[in-house]
Amino acid sequence: MLYREAGQYKSTYAADMAVFPLREDRIGIAVILGIALVAVPFLGSDFFIASVMIPFLIFSLAAIGLNILTGYTGLISLGTAAFMGVGAYACYKLTTFFPNVNIIVLILVSGLFSAGIGVLFGLPSLRIKGFYLAVATLAAQFFLQWAFVRVPWLFNYNASGAIEVPQRTLFDIPVTGASATPETRYFVCLGLVVVLTWFASNLVHGKLGRSWMAVRDMDIAAELMGIKLLNAKLGAFAVSSYFAGVAGAMMIFLWYGGGEAADVFSIRLSFNILFMVIIGGLGSLIGSFFGAAFLSVLPTALKFGLPALGVPLTGATAEHVTFMLVGALIIFFLIVEPHGLARLWQIGKQKLRTWPFPY
Amino acid sequence: MKTSILMKGAALGALLASTAAIMPASAQDTIYFSNNAYRTGPFSGSGIPIGDGMRDYISMINERDGGVNGVKIIYEECETGYDTKKSIECYEQVKSKTIVYSPWSTGATLAAIPRAHVDKLPILSMAYGLSASADGTNFPWVFIPPLTYWDGASVMVKHMAAELGGMDKLKGKKLGLIHLDAPFGKEPIPVLENLAKKYGFELKLYPVAAADMQNQGSLWLSIRRDRPDFLYNQGWGAMNPTAVKEAIKNNFPINKLVGVWWAGGDDDARAGGAEAKGYRSLNFNAAGQNFPVIQDILKHVVEKGKSTTPKEKVGENLYNRGVYNSMLVVEAIRTAQKLTGKKVITPEDMRRGLESLNVDEARLKEIGMAGFASPVKITCADHSGHHKAYVAEWDGTKWTQKGDWIEPMKDEVRPLIEANAKDYVEKAGNWPKRTEPCEKSS
Repeated sequence: MLYREAGQYKSTYAADMAVFPLREDRIGIAVILGIALVAVPFLGSDFFIASVMIPFLIFSLAAIGLNILTGYTGLISLGTAAFMGVGAYACYKLTTFFPNVNIIVLILVSGLFSAGIGVLFGLPSLRIKGFYLAVATLAAQFFLQWAFVRVPWLFNYNASGAIEVPQRTLFDIPVTGASATPETRYFVCLGLVVVLTWFASNLVHGKLGRSWMAVRDMDIAAELMGIKLLNAKLGAFAVSSYFAGVAGAMMIFLWYGGGEAADVFSIRLSFNILFMVIIGGLGSLIGSFFGAAFLSVLPTALKFGLPALGVPLTGATAEHVTFMLVGALIIFFLIVEPHGLARLWQIGKQKLRTWPFPY
Repeated sequence: MKTSILMKGAALGALLASTAAIMPASAQDTIYFSNNAYRTGPFSGSGIPIGDGMRDYISMINERDGGVNGVKIIYEECETGYDTKKSIECYEQVKSKTIVYSPWSTGATLAAIPRAHVDKLPILSMAYGLSASADGTNFPWVFIPPLTYWDGASVMVKHMAAELGGMDKLKGKKLGLIHLDAPFGKEPIPVLENLAKKYGFELKLYPVAAADMQNQGSLWLSIRRDRPDFLYNQGWGAMNPTAVKEAIKNNFPINKLVGVWWAGGDDDARAGGAEAKGYRSLNFNAAGQNFPVIQDILKHVVEKGKSTTPKEKVGENLYNRGVYNSMLVVEAIRTAQKLTGKKVITPEDMRRGLESLNVDEARLKEIGMAGFASPVKITCADHSGHHKAYVAEWDGTKWTQKGDWIEPMKDEVRPLIEANAKDYVEKAGNWPKRTEPCEKSS
């Protein structure tokens, strides 16, 4: 009743090909953006913005990156965290060499280094597939994490071995460093994520994205149709690692604010992001957001939210309960819908279209 | 999907409500202290006794004395699982409530240091964290008593010399450093390198990747080949019991293997079985129950069923270290109360209290800790104090003191700390200049 295309006529090809052909969808996106831009920063507490929203945005971006590789191109990667690390260290080196260049530019540029490394480690994908490729990308994870610890040049020979995030400003407002307010960091994250999601959406709906999906569905068939596997697969690795790299740089500069980065970009993070993609929905951008919310926001909300609701949980008990609840929910959702939360979302929308007369 | 949105909504709403709900709890005549605990995750083996020790000492102060000068301490734990991400969440959660932040991991400390200088929240990182933060002039909000990893490394060299019969005997000897291949593990390297040059001994490095903590076979092959005279183990978690077991398996004389204080858990040594007798570790608190303070904890907390610790675990090395950490917090609160004349103190007052902290022999005796630890004094410029440590030896069932308390080589460590603090501040750019005045007493 409220959500259907009846009466919405499309008179141009452009309108027919639009990503959101329904007016209701466009309104929905505008509302979500409005909430993200206005309601969250003005109504949310510092804790909510700094520990819930910023991690959510950054994980979403990393999940989009992995989704391009795994969901759209069908190449499994266990090296996401390492590629994120490349972005973070690249950004640290860049801001050391070019202290006057705007930090947002540097965050975006540092993704390019990650893309380069990603292409390099993506080379085996031309010959191997599936689990074998997962093992090859695992090598990237181990090698790069080793390099983060062992190459002191990467962390500017700091005695602590950690990345120390300097203060950088945008229009004289501190964006990174300890004086940056959570709101500022949130706005920067939001801006980057919105722009890069829009970019990803255009990519996957365009020629490159179609070639990725063709490769995913059957690479020999795709090759016979004239898609160059080399370009498609390495392109996927490059774009995916670019997103991961930007997310990694954001993670250290806008969220953690420095610290032991080599420890952060461990195999656990790689798995976590892979789970976000699988639970959220392979081959879906909105699924990446759902997955990130599920695995990043939900545990935090349960851990700190339940005690606040008056459930007498503290410390370790809250943690254990969170583990159990999240684990149970993962199983529940995967039984209900093996194709991830994005598919549930789609089914929900489909049902809404025919509601209240589903016959 | 709908369930998850509902749950999220409910939980987020609760988050907002939480700030309001907790505020009145810490209103009058209570002091709120939140501690990062790690009772879950791969390091919980160490985290549980430490957390129990910290909680039980505070409970004992509340039970026996009715708090610090009549002000009860509300002690809460924030679970981190020894994970930096969760530690940052905990920091954000407690920063407006707690009087001191107790990070309990080097990664958490490194991430908190810049924030704490803006949020004006003191950090107490007891013998872990950033060594350079011992420089109070540049890091007014960070405290790292009673000594740093760099002091520990110099104590190790002194212990080696004592075993050999003098500093001049160090020449031509080989010291191996087994270390976690992470910033924490690499901490002692600069000091050991300097000292190796100065005293003419050779330093061999044996890094252990975090993923290989329990798989040190190849590393011990190289140790057998190099035949170091002593081994210093800057290890953590599962790495320590593995090192003890491997030393026994490879016939390395166990009394030549010395761990940093975090390698001195009872379970670390116990893993080696009977042959671990003689395993050593640096230490700055005594183990055992034969102290009035531990007896009081047993009487007022454990025997009343207010602790989660089994009685026989009270007095283990890491438990007592938790007690020691809480003692520092309580004494700093007391000092702050004396300085300000207020009963309920703020984080700013707590910083002053920590900076003027002076627990001398007489005070240790008063609080039932004579012989439990060496006196601690923190000053405005020196936020560590570089206090004495001793070498503990495992006698098969418990840790015992071996030899005297050893003074670290402050003249070696201090210049390094000041140089590194300067470097840190310069690289950070726009690091806040210290505006907090020094107390007259310090």
